[in-house]
Amino acid sequence: MTTLPAATAKKLGLVIDLDTCVGCQACATSCKEWNAQGEGGPLTDTDPQGADISGPWFNRIHGYEVHEEGRSDSRIVNFPRSCLHCEQPACVTVCPTGASYKRAEDGIVLVNPETCIGCKLCSWACPYGAREYDYTQGVMKKCTLCVDRIYNTNLEPEDQVPACVKACPTGARHFGDLGDESSAVSQLVKERGGFDLMPSMGYKPTNKYLPPRARKETYAAHVAPLAKPDGSVMEKLFSWADKLLSVGSVTAAANPADESGKLEG
Amino acid sequence: MNPAYSVIFFTTASGAGYGLLALTAFAASSHGPASSLGFALACIVLSLVLITAGLLSSTAHLGRPERAWRAFSQWRSSWLSREGIVAVVTYPVALAFGLVWSGLVDMPALIRPLGLLTAAMCALTVFCTAMIYRQLTTIPAWANRFAVPGYLLFGLATGAGLLSLLSVVFGRFQAGAGPFQVVLTMILIVAVMALKWFYWRWLEMRPTQFTMAEATGLGDGVRQWEVPHTARNFIMKEMGFQVARAHAQRLQRICLLLLAVALVSMLASLLLPWSVAIAAITLLLAAWTERWLFFAQAEHVSALYYGKTEI
Repeated sequence: MTTLPAATAKKLGLVIDLDTCVGCQACATSCKEWNAQGEGGPLTDTDPQGADISGPWFNRIHGYEVHEEGRSDSRIVNFPRSCLHCEQPACVTVCPTGASYKRAEDGIVLVNPETCIGCKLCSWACPYGAREYDYTQGVMKKCTLCVDRIYNTNLEPEDQVPACVKACPTGARHFGDLGDESSAVSQLVKERGGFDLMPSMGYKPTNKYLPPRARKETYAAHVAPLAKPDGSVMEKLFSWADKLLSVGSVTAAANPADESGKLEG
Repeated sequence: MNPAYSVIFFTTASGAGYGLLALTAFAASSHGPASSLGFALACIVLSLVLITAGLLSSTAHLGRPERAWRAFSQWRSSWLSREGIVAVVTYPVALAFGLVWSGLVDMPALIRPLGLLTAAMCALTVFCTAMIYRQLTTIPAWANRFAVPGYLLFGLATGAGLLSLLSVVFGRFQAGAGPFQVVLTMILIVAVMALKWFYWRWLEMRPTQFTMAEATGLGDGVRQWEVPHTARNFIMKEMGFQVARAHAQRLQRICLLLLAVALVSMLASLLLPWSVAIAAITLLLAAWTERWLFFAQAEHVSALYYGKTEI
């Protein structure tokens, strides 16, 4: 049924720390690996070794350059983007078959690959570009929040988290119940000022993003200024040594410009 | 948005089919039995062929067409599901109308109620189609007050062109129906021209609704630095379609020119009835051009994650 549950018992989701994410793609590759062999798989790629490679991934890691007002430098923010398991997901309500649904027990948004007709309307309704069509199977694919891991008692307790969370080497991805105010993820969102993506769309995403921490000083402040010439004995000594070593045609010069047109390596 | 030809053909062909059927049924509801069996069959068959060809084409857009029947289940929330149901229900209603109107079934008392019901079902189907686009707040070019009248008016105008043509073929036009059909079609053409002109101006002038700053939460100083993948993914192929502004403007002028030719041809048909053929064809071409632009010019907010700074 594509009508939404009035409320969900839990709001399982992710909290992604934009401060500590290093953009290593471990979450994305781990996601692809798990889901290519899990219940929702295979996540096929077309022309995987060729020039026009294509295939669904549930997690895409963008890089943004952020220039803050009043600073001379910019910073790079790595930005993982996946399904936010919204509370008001229009991707579900537009589905004509009921293949898309939001679970009442934990709020996870899923697609049933057995009943999806591949009309792609859900992907049009998602503002976050989180749904990717599987051209090979003719059905829509999306993040399952690793529903086949988090309740899977065949796995060790520490492995019963989404593959992306398990893989993250910097601990930038957190999984938990965002409907429970006392949960670790809710506390983290509160402490760090976690925010929603595109709140004006009104989809009420469950996943939250933690903003990059403010930097205290500019990079320039760490670079010691060059000493001015003061005419001291030591300076004259170095100047004499420099002239002595530069004798003949050997002069310190920049590397000659490479005009061969060839790429390095 | 990627202008998929299956969907463009679907909305253009079935729009014209529903327009023709609705106008035929509405006219019949006040005029009574058809003037000839041939005219009645031509109107009903042509409209149903156009509708059916369009609907079949729309299933070509599906990844799993064999499962299309499942789309009739979610009418509570989904406009696409409602469209499917209303489209299917329209068939028996239209057939029943066709049988009594043509005289194949001699029950003239039913022409009026079935005619009105058929016209209403046609309008409802095209309305549902339009609402599929109108509801998508992710695409500001569609989620506005122009979308629904655009689909309804184009359906009626293209249908009116075809009805006039069939009317000429069967001599109804020359026998006195001409002036009314010319006035009706010309009013619809002018309405379509005005609507699209205002829509295209609005699209150009409308204020920014969404920004990369809001999409990423990283503030006004955000700029794309590195894309997540080296090849184009589904999102970029489906949502990232770009049409150059000059190209779009040229197509808008072509669309308006086609409509103007249709307008003049309709007027000329008062002297030369067969010139409605030109009007019918140019109306369909204009509808096709407009539908292509409707997709090609529509930007999806997910493009904000791929370098677009505002939509």
